[in-house]
Amino acid sequence: MSSITGRSTVDQVPGPTGDVPRGRRRLGDTLFGGAANLSGVVVIAIVALTGVFLATRAVPSLLDDKVNFLTSTEWVPEPGNLRFGILQILWTTVSISVMAMIIAVPLGVLNALFLTQYAPRWLARPAASVIDLLAAIPSIVYGLWGIQVFAPHLTGLQKAVNDGLGWFPLFEGPISAGTIFIAGIVLAIMVLPIITALSREVFAQTPAANKEGALALGATKWEMIRTAVLPFGRAGVVSASMLGLGRALGETIAITIIVSSVAPGTDFFASWLQGGETFASKIANNAAEFNDPSSTGAYIAAGLVLFVLTFVVNAIARVIVNRRKAFA
Amino acid sequence: MTFWKTSRLLTIAAVGALALTGCGSDDNTSTAAPGGAAASSSTAAADCGTGTLNGEGSSAQKNAMDQVSQTGYLAQCPDATINYNATGSGAGRKQFTGGQVDWAGSDSALKPEEATAAATRCMGNPAWNLPMVAGPIAIAYKLDGVTDLTLNAEVAAKIFQGQITTWNDPAIAALNSGVTLPATPISVFFRTGTSGTTENFTKYLHATAPDAWTADGSGDWAGKGEGREGSAGVAQAVAGASGGITYVEWSFAQDNKLNVAKVDNGAGAVELTGESAGKTIATATQVGTGNDLALKIDYTTKEAGAYPIVLVTYEIVCSKGLDADKTKLLKSFLTYFSDPATQTGLQDIGYAPLPAEVSTKVKTAIAAIS
Repeated sequence: MSSITGRSTVDQVPGPTGDVPRGRRRLGDTLFGGAANLSGVVVIAIVALTGVFLATRAVPSLLDDKVNFLTSTEWVPEPGNLRFGILQILWTTVSISVMAMIIAVPLGVLNALFLTQYAPRWLARPAASVIDLLAAIPSIVYGLWGIQVFAPHLTGLQKAVNDGLGWFPLFEGPISAGTIFIAGIVLAIMVLPIITALSREVFAQTPAANKEGALALGATKWEMIRTAVLPFGRAGVVSASMLGLGRALGETIAITIIVSSVAPGTDFFASWLQGGETFASKIANNAAEFNDPSSTGAYIAAGLVLFVLTFVVNAIARVIVNRRKAFA
Repeated sequence: MTFWKTSRLLTIAAVGALALTGCGSDDNTSTAAPGGAAASSSTAAADCGTGTLNGEGSSAQKNAMDQVSQTGYLAQCPDATINYNATGSGAGRKQFTGGQVDWAGSDSALKPEEATAAATRCMGNPAWNLPMVAGPIAIAYKLDGVTDLTLNAEVAAKIFQGQITTWNDPAIAALNSGVTLPATPISVFFRTGTSGTTENFTKYLHATAPDAWTADGSGDWAGKGEGREGSAGVAQAVAGASGGITYVEWSFAQDNKLNVAKVDNGAGAVELTGESAGKTIATATQVGTGNDLALKIDYTTKEAGAYPIVLVTYEIVCSKGLDADKTKLLKSFLTYFSDPATQTGLQDIGYAPLPAEVSTKVKTAIAAIS
């Protein structure tokens, strides 16, 4: 039994003297509460220290940057003559992630609805574990599969898109061997299990009373899902998508294998049918050469942007979730 | 349910197997898989040492190192353990001068500023650069209907610079009379990130065709095209579609069944073979002193039958200063490595054997290590 304050009502029964007895705190309580508080503090400290580390290492290089960090496409972090800008990298990172989310979110949510609302029991459980297994495949396997097995099958589609919509900057040619398009699809498969698993959990928690109520009022199955299951699971789906997006933004090895990098000095382009480097793949491709603090700083600055980007995206998601709650 | 259980188990097993294969490539103590059999043909006898030797560095010589150490040397000397971690030349030199490993494999000789640090690491004795593994760089291409193609430095530079964009360009046709060249666009692939192969290839282009390739030789690509990750990445990209061209270690071109262009060095078209690459290495001049055998390749060689684009990788060792057991093992291993029989065996996996005059000098230097 609990009261509105969340405190056990037993604690609030006045003692013989009239005040609420404080009681001896038990050892288990102290230990557990301490452990929970500590882990909370540790996580916050890790994130804060990461931010501080990135910022302190990046700032000296940023100050020495001879070109505009945000609007340049150059990347020549030569000690003494630092010229680096993130425009192309930012665009590639965002493009690949957006594309992955466009595919993975609807697919994941529908998948979760199928597993919780439509599939018969005997099918739902094994199907769910097969999808979870997708998350256990190492990303290097996704990368090699993506470029060697999957990419050749997309050649025709990419060519058709380029032929028909080539006038649109997003689909400009010439088509690369490893495109943002291919990487986006492979990444969608990689984040699918995360989105599906979390959405499945929240959808399964929909109170039976809500669902039955909707059905009793004459709703069809689709209407029941729309009025009872989806609103209940909305916050969970947004969280699931954010976790998926986090993975998409930070994915490294699959991207370095799939996407072609562009030759230095190439002007900015927006096409999804060409290559590029994301923040993570840029850092990975050059990690072997981190000899000089100032050029390393350029890559750390790129890492800092990724860090900030993740924060911004998460903050936006929080706002969305909270606003929906207020209007619900 | 049994069906699902079985299929789930199978999936788990499959994923597990993939994961294990993934790890396998990093495990340098395991037996080298491809081309391992070739080592059995080498008959070099080793004077065995014992103990463990750790090396690190160039990935260009990894396959050679695997074959020579695991299937060759260790078959004869089971009491020795030789580990080689292919993390890259720069990392290898750093680990060596830092005293973390016993020797370094490197695509380039120690730089003067590194030599001082290396001498400190070797208890005040100089470190020597010993050329050990020579790898020709192939200009590999895939073009439907064309298996015999000749290029020279100037045309290659223009192709990789993006100035020649189709295969039937008159400049290419001029070097290939009698070959029907299609109008396929050329897709150029280069190595993403800093790479020793890029450095040697662009050094060749700049030395031989300075007007067409104006940038200095550098590990970072200065041309046009699409970047792919690693030698395997560029080779697979070329294998993927007709019209592709790249520069890559010979072994990768062989593994991916790519055509390799002949290179006209000014004295006629030269096919890439172990022998033709060896001829260029034989003309290299020694820039190190005494037993320090750092070489300078003459890319502009006009000797008939010499394939000019070669990369020599070194083993960087202390001339003195390792403990007695390690010294014995190192000398024994390197002697075995530089033996002509061992070197000839390397040709099967895409390397060029060291020419006799170089391997004799290397042997002398190894004998002088104490």
